[in-house]
Amino acid sequence: MNRIQKTFARCKAEGKAAYVAYLTMGAPTLEKSFAAAETLLGEGVDILELGVPFSDPVADGAVIRAAANRALANGVTLADVLAGVSGLRARHPDTPVVIFTYYNILYSYGLKRFADEAAQRGVDAVLVVDLPLEERGELLDVLRPAGLTLVPLVAPTTGPARVRAIAEGLEDSFLYAVTVKGTTGQRASLPPELASRLTEIKRLVNLPVVAGFGIRTPEEGAAVASHCDGFVIGSALVERFMKDA
Amino acid sequence: MKTHYGIYGGQYVAETLMTPLHELEKAYADAKRDPAFKAEMDDILVHYVGRESPLTYARRLSEHLGGARIVLKREDLNHTGAHKVNNTVGQALLARRMGKTRLIAETGAGMHGVATATVAALFGMECEVFMGAIDVARQSPNVARMKMLGAKVHAVSEGSATLKDAMNEAIRDWTANCDDTFYVIGTVAGPAPYPEMVRDFQSVIGKEARRQCLKAYGKLPDQAIACVGGGSNAMGLFAGFLEDPSVTLVGVEAGGKGLATGEHAASICGGRVGVLHGSKTYLLQTPSGQIIDTYSVSAGLDYPGVGPEHAYLADTGRATYTTINDDEAIAAFDALCRFEGIIPALESSHAVAEAIKRAPTLPKEAILLVNLSGRGDKDMENVERWKSGRVGR
Repeated sequence: MNRIQKTFARCKAEGKAAYVAYLTMGAPTLEKSFAAAETLLGEGVDILELGVPFSDPVADGAVIRAAANRALANGVTLADVLAGVSGLRARHPDTPVVIFTYYNILYSYGLKRFADEAAQRGVDAVLVVDLPLEERGELLDVLRPAGLTLVPLVAPTTGPARVRAIAEGLEDSFLYAVTVKGTTGQRASLPPELASRLTEIKRLVNLPVVAGFGIRTPEEGAAVASHCDGFVIGSALVERFMKDA
Repeated sequence: MKTHYGIYGGQYVAETLMTPLHELEKAYADAKRDPAFKAEMDDILVHYVGRESPLTYARRLSEHLGGARIVLKREDLNHTGAHKVNNTVGQALLARRMGKTRLIAETGAGMHGVATATVAALFGMECEVFMGAIDVARQSPNVARMKMLGAKVHAVSEGSATLKDAMNEAIRDWTANCDDTFYVIGTVAGPAPYPEMVRDFQSVIGKEARRQCLKAYGKLPDQAIACVGGGSNAMGLFAGFLEDPSVTLVGVEAGGKGLATGEHAASICGGRVGVLHGSKTYLLQTPSGQIIDTYSVSAGLDYPGVGPEHAYLADTGRATYTTINDDEAIAAFDALCRFEGIIPALESSHAVAEAIKRAPTLPKEAILLVNLSGRGDKDMENVERWKSGRVGR
C-alpha cells in the first residue's frame, strides 16, 4: 500500500473522514506557506495539497487567485515548492503530499524532469485541474515509472460511465469529487443533491472519494463526508493564512 | 471531429466543462449534417451580414509600390465592421439549436463582443461580454456599441487586463453557468471543438476570395496574407487555399515594439509550446511557465497564444509566420487611408504592412491577397494617441 492508501485505511479504522487541506504555496511567503502546512498537520490534517501558482487560474475563485498573485509576485516556482517538500517529507514520513497545479506549469518544467524530481522529494501524487481524462496519458506515462499517481476529478456534470472511466487505473489514488459547478471558493450553501451524488459516485468507483469546493470547516467537511471518505478545505484555509500574514 | 492538429489543440479544461464540450461537439456535428442549418446560416450571411464581401483591387497603392497587385478581401464591409460576425452567426444558431438562452463572449478590440451582442439581439438572447479593463479604455467606442445593443460588459482588471484575462473570466462564467449558457469563443483557439468550428464558420472568407480571385484575375493569388492574434481571420482565409500548394500563406503577428524588446504579441515567432485556455499551442511565457503580458498597439492581436492549427501549419511549413511592428502597422494604416480611401482596423493594418513590404519585390503579374479583416473606426483615437507619442498603454 502507498501512503495514500494507508492514510485512507487508517482514517477508516479510526471511523473518521480524511481531512485534505489545500494551500497556495508562496503566499503570503514561501516560508509561511510551509509553516502553515505544519500548523495544519498539527490540527489533524491527513493529506496536503500544495498549490503551485499559475498566472491564469481559470478554475479558481477570488481567494485562491489573490493568493496565487501574491505567490507569483514573490517569484515562487514549481522548483521552490518541490524543494520545500523534502523537509516536509522528513518530518512527516506518512503524510501524503499532492502537488496541485495547472498543466502548463508541469509541461513547461518538463514532464519527465518533474516526475523524477517530485518522486525524489517525496511527493505522492499530482492533481492537474485542467487535464481531463482525454489528455492525461502524456503525464501518466512519466508519473507511473517514477512511482507517482494522479488525483482525478469528477464534476457535477460528469455522467456515470465517465466517472468510471476517470477512476479506472487510478485505484492507488483518491477521487476528488467537485461539489458544485464553478470555481473554487466558499459558498453560502452546498447543493441539496450532494449527498445522493456522493453516494452514487462511491457506488461507481473502487477508490476513496473526497468532496471539495465550498467546504469551510472540518465540521462541515465531516458532515459532507458522511457520504464519502473525506473532504477538502481550500479557500477557507488560504484566507486564514493570508490574514495571519 | 478533429480535436488535435499534430501535437497541438486538445481539450485542456476542468472536468466540469468536458460534458458541455461533448454536447457542443455533438450538436455541431448534427448541425453540419443538417441542410436546414446551412440554409439558415447562408440566408443570414447574405441578407443580414451583407455577404459576399467584395474583393477590391488596391490600384493606387499597388502602382505606388510598383510591384505585385494588392487585392483586399473586404471583411470590413460586413455588418458590424469585421469578419467576427461570420462566426457569431454560426455559434448563435448553434446555441439556439441547443436550447441555450444566454451568450457570453470574451473580446479584445471589442469587435467580437459587438458581433456577439449583435446576434444576441437578433435572436433575442441575453448577452454578457468580458473585456480587459485596459481594452475597455482603449476601445471605448466598441464598449458603447455593445451596451447599445443590450449586452452587459464586464471590465476584467486581473492579470494584464487584456484579452487573455477576459477569456479566463469567460471560462469561469461558463463553468458556473454551463446549463443555460453558450460560450461564443471569438477565435480559432480554446478547447476542441472551437478551433475547428470557428475555422469552419470563417472559411467563407477564403472560399469566396478564391472564387472571386479566379473570376476577376483568371488565377489564384500568389500569396494570401492575414494578421494573426488568435488567428480566426487568417484561418478563415487560409482555409480556402490549404489545398492549393502554389498559394503561399502568410500569417502576420504583432511585433509591437520589436521582437527583441520582448514587448510584442508574437506567439509563434517568439514563443514556445505550452497549454492555455484549453489548447496546446505556442505561447508567450516565462521559463517557469507563467503567461507573459503581451503588448501591441492593436488590442485585437494582444493575445499570448495562437490557434492550434496555426501552430501546426507553422511547424509543417505550409504557412509562414512573420511579424509587423507598431510603427509599420501605423504607416500601413495611413497608406490605405490616403491611397485607397479605406480606414482599416489596426489589426488588419499588420497584414497590409506585410503586403506593402512584399509587393515591390514581386512582378506586376503577382497577386497579394490581403484579408482586410475589419474597419478602423474604433481605432481613430488610438492612432492619434500613438502619433502624438502617448502610446496606448
